Amino acid sequence: MSVLGWLQQHVFFWMSPPWWTFTSILLQIVALVVPLMLGVAYLTFAERKIIGWMQVRRGPNRVTFFGIPWLRGWGQPIADAFKLMFKEIVVPAGANRFLFLLAPILSLGSALAAWAVIPLDATMVVTDINAGLLYILAMTSAGVYGVIIAGWASNSKYAFLGALRSAAQIVAYEIAMGFALVSVLIAAGSLNLRTIVLHQDGSMAHWFWLPLLPMFVVYFVSGVAETNRAPFDVAEGESEIVAGFHVEYSGMGFAVFFLAEYANMILIATLATVMFLGGWLSPLQGLAELGGGSTEALFATAYVGAFLGHGLHWLVFKMVFLLLLFLWFRATFPRYRYDQIMRLGWKVFIPITIVWLIVVAVLVMVGVPPWFHRA
Amino acid sequence: MNMIDYIGALPEILLLALLCVVLLVGVFSTDEDQNAAYWLAQFALLAVFVANTNIGARTRLVLFDGMYIRDSMAIVLKDFILAFAIIGLVYARDYLRARRIVSAEFYVLALMAILGMMVLVSAGSLLTVYLGLELLSLSLYAMVAMHRNSAAASEAAMKYFVVGALASGLLLYGISMLYGITGSVDIGIVRNALAGSGGNPLATYALVFIVAGVAFKLGAVPFHMWIPDVYEGAPTAVTMFIATAPKITAFAMAMRLLVDGLQPLALDWQVMLTWLAVGSMLLGNIVAIVQSNIKRMLAYSTIAHMGFLLLGVLSANTGGYAGAMFYAIVYALMTLGAFGVVMLVAGEGSAEADRILDFKGLAQRSPWFALVMLIMMFSLAGVPPFAGFWAKWFVIKEVIAAGYVWLAGLAVLSSIIGAYYYLQVIRMMYFEQPEYIGEVHASGDMEIALSANGVAVLLLGVMPGLLMAVCIAAMRG
Amino acid sequence: MEQFIFWAFAAMLVFSACMVITVRNPVHAVLFLVVAFVASSGLWLLLEAEFLAIALVLVYVGAVMVLFLFVVMMLDINIARLREGFIRYLPVGAAFAVATVVAMGLVVGSKNFGLERYAAPARKAAGYDNTAELGTLLYTRFLYPFEIAGLVLLVAIIAAIALAMRDTRQVKNPKPERQVEVRREERVRIVKMPAERRT
Repeated sequence: MSVLGWLQQHVFFWMSPPWWTFTSILLQIVALVVPLMLGVAYLTFAERKIIGWMQVRRGPNRVTFFGIPWLRGWGQPIADAFKLMFKEIVVPAGANRFLFLLAPILSLGSALAAWAVIPLDATMVVTDINAGLLYILAMTSAGVYGVIIAGWASNSKYAFLGALRSAAQIVAYEIAMGFALVSVLIAAGSLNLRTIVLHQDGSMAHWFWLPLLPMFVVYFVSGVAETNRAPFDVAEGESEIVAGFHVEYSGMGFAVFFLAEYANMILIATLATVMFLGGWLSPLQGLAELGGGSTEALFATAYVGAFLGHGLHWLVFKMVFLLLLFLWFRATFPRYRYDQIMRLGWKVFIPITIVWLIVVAVLVMVGVPPWFHRA
Repeated sequence: MNMIDYIGALPEILLLALLCVVLLVGVFSTDEDQNAAYWLAQFALLAVFVANTNIGARTRLVLFDGMYIRDSMAIVLKDFILAFAIIGLVYARDYLRARRIVSAEFYVLALMAILGMMVLVSAGSLLTVYLGLELLSLSLYAMVAMHRNSAAASEAAMKYFVVGALASGLLLYGISMLYGITGSVDIGIVRNALAGSGGNPLATYALVFIVAGVAFKLGAVPFHMWIPDVYEGAPTAVTMFIATAPKITAFAMAMRLLVDGLQPLALDWQVMLTWLAVGSMLLGNIVAIVQSNIKRMLAYSTIAHMGFLLLGVLSANTGGYAGAMFYAIVYALMTLGAFGVVMLVAGEGSAEADRILDFKGLAQRSPWFALVMLIMMFSLAGVPPFAGFWAKWFVIKEVIAAGYVWLAGLAVLSSIIGAYYYLQVIRMMYFEQPEYIGEVHASGDMEIALSANGVAVLLLGVMPGLLMAVCIAAMRG
Repeated sequence: MEQFIFWAFAAMLVFSACMVITVRNPVHAVLFLVVAFVASSGLWLLLEAEFLAIALVLVYVGAVMVLFLFVVMMLDINIARLREGFIRYLPVGAAFAVATVVAMGLVVGSKNFGLERYAAPARKAAGYDNTAELGTLLYTRFLYPFEIAGLVLLVAIIAAIALAMRDTRQVKNPKPERQVEVRREERVRIVKMPAERRT
């Protein structure tokens, strides 16, 4: 990262190399986590506003900054954060104190750790490892421990039921999700996320959502199920088991679970973008050729060219679009019954993904243009 | 990797393909008796038998980078495994149907177990030995537990599983040691490396674990604890399945591991096998005397017979191996028939007829099948005109030739002790009044198979040279 | 630095492995086993076996142990009764344990497995792709055992389903696809009848 290089030369020039390595890692973590946390905060705000509009009501419209009238409501997430921070953390009687407090940390930790390998644009990535996709699968699969431990350590029936539901659901959908990602790696011929994005270079039609359309749908729906979002939110199921695995949590404990849930949503949306929607690639790429122009010329246009060309902003746009879908689902669909969730996961998605995996493998072997070619 | 690999392994590949068909048939079939699955399974076994016998020359083939060996021992043993499995399924069908434990999965698991045996018999690498063993064992555990409403079966499955897992662990530990010493899992390379290194204490240490793993599978003392409980608790059809083909496989496993791989350590494993054999022969034959349950009695008889089989292996020469191979095959054939009659007597109802008392007066109820049982019992006891006698004869002859005269004397002594409990069954059948009235019935194919089984034991008793020639040829080539 | 990481992970591994067999609460034991897996995956990372390390976390930590935890949480294990057997078999077990440890001490050690007998493997170049290498080996040289390992898993699936599945013929399950297809005409019949006269 060039910014890091500049910092090393001009600000931290006095550091010895090992210390600089350490500091640079810390800086990168901060640079990732702070926007992410802000994103989570405003995602909750967006959720309430957007669902409010969909249901013809206003949503939060009071808390503002410095009394500015057109920012009404925008202060809400910050106010919520402060409220949660100053609430007491109640540890239930008979709960396992250590595990009770560890659970939310595990939950958030795994959601954040996965960001280490996600490429934000052609050069911006914390660690560019070859087994990036595997790493992501491993990290997201570890997230279920937070849920299970929370349910068990709370020493509460509702929490335990919620944890069991949630864990069974996550394990079930993880398989379909894993298979969907395996088809991506077969198509791209690499486990490295940067290579996967670069493999989608060309135009919107080259992005993997089109050649792997069933997998894209399976992946995204599994992603919704995996994050326990509506319509798959039986783990919380307020009409049945109050709030599920985190029913006994208050204050920051609850806040961290909340953060983890939304951070996971953002992660799933980002991964879907990277795997299926061309990551940081511009959707305008290749369009100019249809009208007889050239993409290079378009991207080189003065002032707007940088915006039209590839870059982090496209990743964010696509991600925001997918997040909007998450919210939209919640406002639209009624909750699934639990046996239906299991049926969808095990009896529909897993067979579909297995069959399509074989189809993709054959397509890649034969080398069907324009998407698949043998390496 | 080329075409010859796939052609050479065609029997296994064919079995796998047909097994998947059976599985699918079971999923979509609504037939309670699963007749389609049964006939398909039989067809699969027959087709694999034909493929195994006829494909390629009988020369030694090493395929898949040394993972798979197709030599004449493998071909002959596989043929017998498949043949016994075919007959076993014929015997098992009525029994399973009467007790409502028939399902397509049962046949699938049986075929999987046979596939595991075939893999193990032609294993050319420690890796395939282990994997074949696991494939076999896992299927057997599940088959034992198939009778879900029977507490005894569940208990037997649990014991079998725990002890079997321990045995696999021991074997794997030994294998990992060998890999550590030689840097390879290929049996041929292991052998050469060991031959080169001379008396390495580490190799002896690994050998202990390997021998323990093999002994567990054979059921030799002191690794015999699971046999009586599993034999008694499992449904008789499954007991029969465990008692026959897997014993042939265990012999093959001993051959592959001890003879093919650890020949340089022969002096060490001869001593170990000697004690295993002594313990098995004595304990098996003595404890069997007090049993009142015929399945349990046959279990202890298995332990004793495995001791005899080890006599052949520990002679450590071609004749001894051929004798042990003859023993394994004949033993499986006799046990198959004995359990066949046990299932026949159990009849249509859901009850078992596994007490020795249930055989009272069988001669009046069904003279022909009492005669078959008589042949089996005499043969198991090692009475001269039957195959079992020759099996004992060959291994004792070899063990004397190898210089263990005292061991031969012990073997003769223990087989005399053993004759008591076999003759006990015969006394029950011929000299007691029946407790139950009514003839003993079975379906036509079972009666034919059982009769053929009895005749085969008699025939091999009259002309043991037929099979022995095959065994010697298999050991030479 | 590398040495420090190695010792840290190794200590973590040994500690949690000991805890697995000594803690009283089975759920804690499972969680310590998870820690042990994570620690050993760290050791594998040090050996530059990143695929194995991540696969260990993915498969064992992410899937196997979750199901384990599931089962253990729902079981009501009576520790006191387990302890009873422990005391009773302690002398025999201890004798075997001592014998095994002594035998292992005699043969497994730096004498037989030291660096002078087995040279440390050379460090691979930066671009070396462990995953691709493993994949190539699994699908060429080790194809046959690899397929059989797959079969072993298949057997496990079939066996588990065959043993756990109750006879579905007697169970009346709702069929969602039929429920969705239901039309009003199949369930509701509108009958026209003349109005009744009040008597």
